[in-house]
Amino acid sequence: MSKKNWMHRLAVLAGITTVSVAAHAAKTELTVYTAVEAEDLKKYAARFNEDHPDIKINWVRDSTGIVTAKLLAEKENPQADVVWGLAATSLMLLDGEGMLQSYKPKGFEKLSPKFRDNSAEPVWTGMDAWMAAVCYNTVEGEKLGLPKPTSWQDLTKPVYKGHIIMPNPNSSGTGFLDVSSWLQIFGEEKGWEYMDGLHQNISRYTHSGSKPCKLAAAGETPIGISFAFRAAKSKKKGAPLDIVFPSEGLGWDMEATSIIKGTDKLDAAKTLVDWTVSKKANEMYNKGYAVVAMPGIAKPVKYFPENAESMMIDNDFGWSAANRKAILKTWQERYDSKSDPK
Amino acid sequence: MDATSTVSRTNSNKRPFFGQKSLDEWLLGSVLVVGIIALFICIVLPIYSLLSKSVQNNAGEFVGLDNFLTFITTPSLSSSIGNSVSIALICTFIVTSLAFMAAYGLTRTKIPLKGTFRLVMALPILAPSLLPAISLVYLFGNQGIMKELLMGESIYGPIGIIIGSCFWTFPHALMIMVTALSNTDARLYESADVLGASPARTFFTVTLPGAKYGIISVAFVVFTLVITDFGVPKVIGGQFNVLATDIYKQVIGQQNFEMGAAVSVILLLPAILTFITDRWLQRRQSALLTSKAVPWVAPKRPIVDRFFLVTMIILSAIVIGIIAMAVYASLVTFWPYNLALSLNNYQFDLMDGGGWESYWNSIEMACYTAVIGTGFIFFQSYLVEKLGGYKVIKWFFHLFAILPLAVPGLVLGLAYIFFFNAPNNPLNGIYGTMAILVVCTISHFYTVCHLTGTTALKQIDPEFESVSASLKVPQIYTFWRVSLPVCLPAVLDIASYLFVNAMTTVSAVVFLYSYNTTLASVAVLNMDDAGDIAPAAAMAVMIMMTCMVAKIIHWFVGDVLLKSSQRWRVR
Repeated sequence: MSKKNWMHRLAVLAGITTVSVAAHAAKTELTVYTAVEAEDLKKYAARFNEDHPDIKINWVRDSTGIVTAKLLAEKENPQADVVWGLAATSLMLLDGEGMLQSYKPKGFEKLSPKFRDNSAEPVWTGMDAWMAAVCYNTVEGEKLGLPKPTSWQDLTKPVYKGHIIMPNPNSSGTGFLDVSSWLQIFGEEKGWEYMDGLHQNISRYTHSGSKPCKLAAAGETPIGISFAFRAAKSKKKGAPLDIVFPSEGLGWDMEATSIIKGTDKLDAAKTLVDWTVSKKANEMYNKGYAVVAMPGIAKPVKYFPENAESMMIDNDFGWSAANRKAILKTWQERYDSKSDPK
Repeated sequence: MDATSTVSRTNSNKRPFFGQKSLDEWLLGSVLVVGIIALFICIVLPIYSLLSKSVQNNAGEFVGLDNFLTFITTPSLSSSIGNSVSIALICTFIVTSLAFMAAYGLTRTKIPLKGTFRLVMALPILAPSLLPAISLVYLFGNQGIMKELLMGESIYGPIGIIIGSCFWTFPHALMIMVTALSNTDARLYESADVLGASPARTFFTVTLPGAKYGIISVAFVVFTLVITDFGVPKVIGGQFNVLATDIYKQVIGQQNFEMGAAVSVILLLPAILTFITDRWLQRRQSALLTSKAVPWVAPKRPIVDRFFLVTMIILSAIVIGIIAMAVYASLVTFWPYNLALSLNNYQFDLMDGGGWESYWNSIEMACYTAVIGTGFIFFQSYLVEKLGGYKVIKWFFHLFAILPLAVPGLVLGLAYIFFFNAPNNPLNGIYGTMAILVVCTISHFYTVCHLTGTTALKQIDPEFESVSASLKVPQIYTFWRVSLPVCLPAVLDIASYLFVNAMTTVSAVVFLYSYNTTLASVAVLNMDDAGDIAPAAAMAVMIMMTCMVAKIIHWFVGDVLLKSSQRWRVR
């Protein structure tokens, strides 16, 4: 073997070692819990790493209910460093348990006030809004002679009897979002009256918020009450759907970010959270969501109305959280009994 | 005259008295003690850590039976008790009868293609529960190709729950039932024949009593599996509330662990009933396979054989129909509006849920579970059945082994978080690793394996142990030379049962996987959740095929090994 060859090999070897040692030494790994769609996660991490290659994100992803339950169950010995992309109402629940680290990220002020925790020591920041929407299957609707609804009130018309599916608010955050928004739009008394009427038309309540739209996409029901992101996704896949944004206004929740109290990688966590409220991050959220936390960023998204933000109701999260138990109890007594609505 | 009484022995408790325990017995006894400590740590303590919340409020204060009172006095919740019990009873009746017929056909007749039938009937267990759910919707949903069969009734409700539950519990029942029916003593049939008993009378006085233990075990296993399962009712139960979906609503929908724990405690009742019945039966069960037993070989009975052949074909056709629909679903581009077929749905790296990596993780997890689980469970069930003495420990061992059956996976998963993630638990290092997934899966599926092991062992005459003890042969040697070879079919059943369930389980591990231990079965759920129904079906089909390969290996290994170890069965 020639000497040159040897030298060459040694040099390469040394190079590899240096690089890998350097990379190894500098890399901090963050465990990040999320409910963001899995296909978006790779993109989120890649974008973040463009600016911060020294922090590696290890995602733990599941549906909102599971992630929230897991975080609460781990309360005594938290495993997550950061939560990036979980419903703000879930984060408020965790905050009530004292599990969140207060931190005001750089650029906090640039977010629109309703997308940030406005308490003295803020614990969470918003990313984007996901809003209620109604999925209307044009093929099945036509077959059954159902006109396309345009408002929440339309859905109580007798013509839709047995043709509507919505999530059960006792199992699904989306379901609760719908119920709490109707109570806010119509007022408490009228709100329950509205649901009495709607209940006559519901064929069944599902345990998942995205299911009604998926069922509408598959023609299992002509009308499903769900949320806009899912609706747009199904339509993109080729489902014969019209996405209806009821005229009275849309209930909404936001995806939000927070640091978990007690993390031993606080610096890296802060770096990540700083980045999640940046302009670049908001532009990234805008790929799937029409309304994002930083004002003036959002460009129209396909299948969403252009005035999406103005259609969102003035959602009082504090009120919803405080009355959640009572609302769910009343709902359960009224509609969740054995007697199936036929 | 009762033919069984001639050869019955009471049970293993009657061992000859040799004074003090031998060193051998002490050694095996200490293994048993280690085993029961392991069960205590992996099953009892975690479950306790969650269920103790049922008498607490949100703040962790003791509130007595308040949660239970709330449950009973809320009509929409308490009606679930009636719903759950009636659904479970109907499924128990259907599955137990069908499993008995199928097991009889497989073990006691001369029908052809037994291996194929057995493989086909094991299929439902090979696939994640979402697969039949997708398939039932495609078959009987509002767009279903066979919805006329329901005559206007909706699949979303009790009908769907019953069909779905029967479908997935059937293989569990068949496994225990085949074990119960496969050991026979031809002398009993000869006696019956000589005494002039009609075939019907022989069936009711020899066959049924011999399988009694198996039948009752199956009934309780099916009842408990159905009543604790939330997968099927969640997907296809519509408005029909059952206890398991109530737990889901409380825990996942409202993060109300205390109320969820209270409902779980109510679900434990059937398991405790199972345990009491099991103990009661145990005292009455006689060993079928005495040391003098001669295996019974089915004679040619044209009418009987034809009847069972038809039954097997019908059962297999139903199973294949449901599976085939799901395979078709995985190939369709967009049901029901674009029925073009393609393999695109199998490109998992382009989709949600961890891609192919989670598939390999699942296989790794399933292998560990099968190897470690089978070794532990079978040896321990041997000690429980055949080791002399240690009555109190054995009693508790049985109790602990029955418990997991009654605990919904969802509850077990959360319980594992509470217990293993506690900062003061010295074992909290395994949290978030592959190890906890393996431990949790073995614990979750302990009961059926334990029952299979003990059912098989119970049929071996305790005289083998007595004889070897009097010949001063170490008991471990008897285990190795007699019990293990005789029970090899059951051991292989346990191994493949564990492998398959580890591949398909979701409910418990969904809380326990970490970023580098994502699992294929969870990916199925997540893809379905994200609206990618066809890729979800595709991954479910991949899991099913993997399990089929495992089953085929099981079959071949069984065939080769059994030829040498089971030759004594052939006259």
